[in-house]
Amino acid sequence: MTDEPILTVENLKTQFFTEQGVVRAVDGISFDVYPGEIVGLVGESGAGKSVATSSVMRLVDNPGEIVGGEITYKNKTLVGFERAGDELVPRDEMLTNEEMRTQVRGNEIAIIFQDPMESLNPVYTIGHQLKEFILLNRELDKKAAREEAITMLREVGIPEPEERFDDYPHEFSGGMRQRVLIAMALACQPELIIADEPTTALDVTVEGQILELVKELQEEYGTSFLWVTHDMGVVAEICDRVNVMYLGEIVEQATVDELFYETQHPYTNALLNSIPRPDQTIEELVPIKGVMPEAINPPSGCRFHTRCPDAREVCTEIEPTYSEITTYDGWPHNASCLKHEDVGYDVSEPIENEARKGTEGTEVVQ
Amino acid sequence: MAHADPDTQADVEQEPVDDEFEAKVGLSYTLAKVKQDTTARLGMYIVGAVIFLAAFVTIDSNISTLTFGRIDNFVFAENVLGNHPERHPPAAEAETTLPPFFADGGVLSHPLGTDIYGRDYFTRLIYGSQVSVTVGIVATGIGLIGGTIVGAVSGYYGGWIDDVFMRTVEILYSIPALVLVIVFTVFVSGGRPDIQYAVIGVGIAFIPVFARLIRSRVLSVREMDYIEAARASGVRDRNIILRHVIPNSFAPVLVLATLQIGVTILIVAGLSFLGYGAQPPTADWGQMLSSARGFMLPSPWLSIWPGLAILVTIMGFNLLGDGLQDALDPRIKD
Repeated sequence: MTDEPILTVENLKTQFFTEQGVVRAVDGISFDVYPGEIVGLVGESGAGKSVATSSVMRLVDNPGEIVGGEITYKNKTLVGFERAGDELVPRDEMLTNEEMRTQVRGNEIAIIFQDPMESLNPVYTIGHQLKEFILLNRELDKKAAREEAITMLREVGIPEPEERFDDYPHEFSGGMRQRVLIAMALACQPELIIADEPTTALDVTVEGQILELVKELQEEYGTSFLWVTHDMGVVAEICDRVNVMYLGEIVEQATVDELFYETQHPYTNALLNSIPRPDQTIEELVPIKGVMPEAINPPSGCRFHTRCPDAREVCTEIEPTYSEITTYDGWPHNASCLKHEDVGYDVSEPIENEARKGTEGTEVVQ
Repeated sequence: MAHADPDTQADVEQEPVDDEFEAKVGLSYTLAKVKQDTTARLGMYIVGAVIFLAAFVTIDSNISTLTFGRIDNFVFAENVLGNHPERHPPAAEAETTLPPFFADGGVLSHPLGTDIYGRDYFTRLIYGSQVSVTVGIVATGIGLIGGTIVGAVSGYYGGWIDDVFMRTVEILYSIPALVLVIVFTVFVSGGRPDIQYAVIGVGIAFIPVFARLIRSRVLSVREMDYIEAARASGVRDRNIILRHVIPNSFAPVLVLATLQIGVTILIVAGLSFLGYGAQPPTADWGQMLSSARGFMLPSPWLSIWPGLAILVTIMGFNLLGDGLQDALDPRIKD
């Protein structure tokens, strides 16, 4: 913890104003990314991971809107509000959309999307897209941009990059395309790359190769990553620190070893129990029972109480505060669970919820 | 390579193209597919012939106009066909209306006969292709460009921009095209209608057709990850629309444009017939029909030839359009 974080997100709130009501997709999350670090953002589908990353890039589309919080990237205020009367209004130093486009997107923060099949424009060649991207974000002439593009393709392990330069995306396999996307993200030498489930659409062997590649490149270029995934295996493989998200909130944050071995939140625990682990031999995996509630109308108290195997009476009433439980090697281990608070959790009665009734996923109990 | 390994050669010959991995996009692929389709190929030949004629005639008239001045000296018309398409011959030269060569009294030097002023009908018919093709391409082009811009912007931004653009376009759409064009032509030309006003009018009247089609495509294309990726890498909106949204929405528009060229030619021919398009003495098929309508009984050929020319040309564009549609539709396998 010697350096300043390059990305700081504080109490970020992003909401979607729909006809059914306000969806609080991201509801007050805080995390930071230090230089050269790979930070994981883990959670089930619908936890708000992708909305959080689009918020960092300020790419949230209508009807979504960032309604509160602070996002600071180096010394730039990506999102910042101040109070004016009863309303929160954007502060003056917050970057305009034009400044976001020219100063941040692509050249400072790049993004790798989930589906490599869909993230390349089918009507242009790989080389053309890579070159355009470099021309847009770096001050190189066309010839130098082409050279750089070929260098980057070679760097990410595309064989014969000179020949493949003029191929179309459909002539590449999924893993190759993901390599191209990584080349694209790295080509503009950004300080931070947001990887939005980049290996989810790939099979495990290719996933392994891509993770290896990212690790190598990360050491070579020193780029920071914000790695969004729902796969705890990937987290263990690649991340330095992890944030666990549930229903728009970060429920636990720790270094990767702490999170796996000193788990503080029942949700993280449940996530870890639901995947096979090489260090444990068990008969059957334990799934997280029930389904995640709607973010339109989140449960009272602790949001996880409807599915938490440790839920008690008090969990339905009191909202846990997100606080530091321990520190490990100078890094905080934060969690929000009433177990760690002095509010009478120990004397409270356990409650009947989906975890105990045995509802599993979409299975309906008659 | 003279002593190339016979085995390698055989291999090369056996697998000239591996269809699975061949590019399934691109102009050459589409054209190859169109060529496999007999009717589409017929359409392509007709369209090719008409465009060739039009281009030839345009070059001819430009050369002779540059050399000798307007109207009087068309190289092709004067020297090869022996009769100018626009000039009324002096009274002495003027012959009575001649029938085509195969009918009684026809002569081979005027293969399709002459009109009431004694002008060679074959020459006029060929020069008419110039007007038709220009009209078809220019008017469709106006509709295509205008419609694409309106539709793409409207679909990409959505919200109030979409509402304003699309409602305006729908108002335009609700007025019958012919009425719209006639009113436009008369007003813009200050009461002296001519072909160029008709072309612009028809082009504007077709903007809604293209706008609605491209908007519907853009609505699905804009949700693609590569659009999001382009935004995330800091591409400006204008370039996203021009370079990413439009090229990916364009295939059905291309088909519509080809079909629309035929419709445009028909409408402009109709306008010329009604007197709101090409004016005499311009050789235009619609205008020729209009001049011939008083002589339908004594000289039916004067109406039949331009009618046939319009029919064949439009059929050509329609066949080509249908062929393109099939070629660009991934669900139809070859």
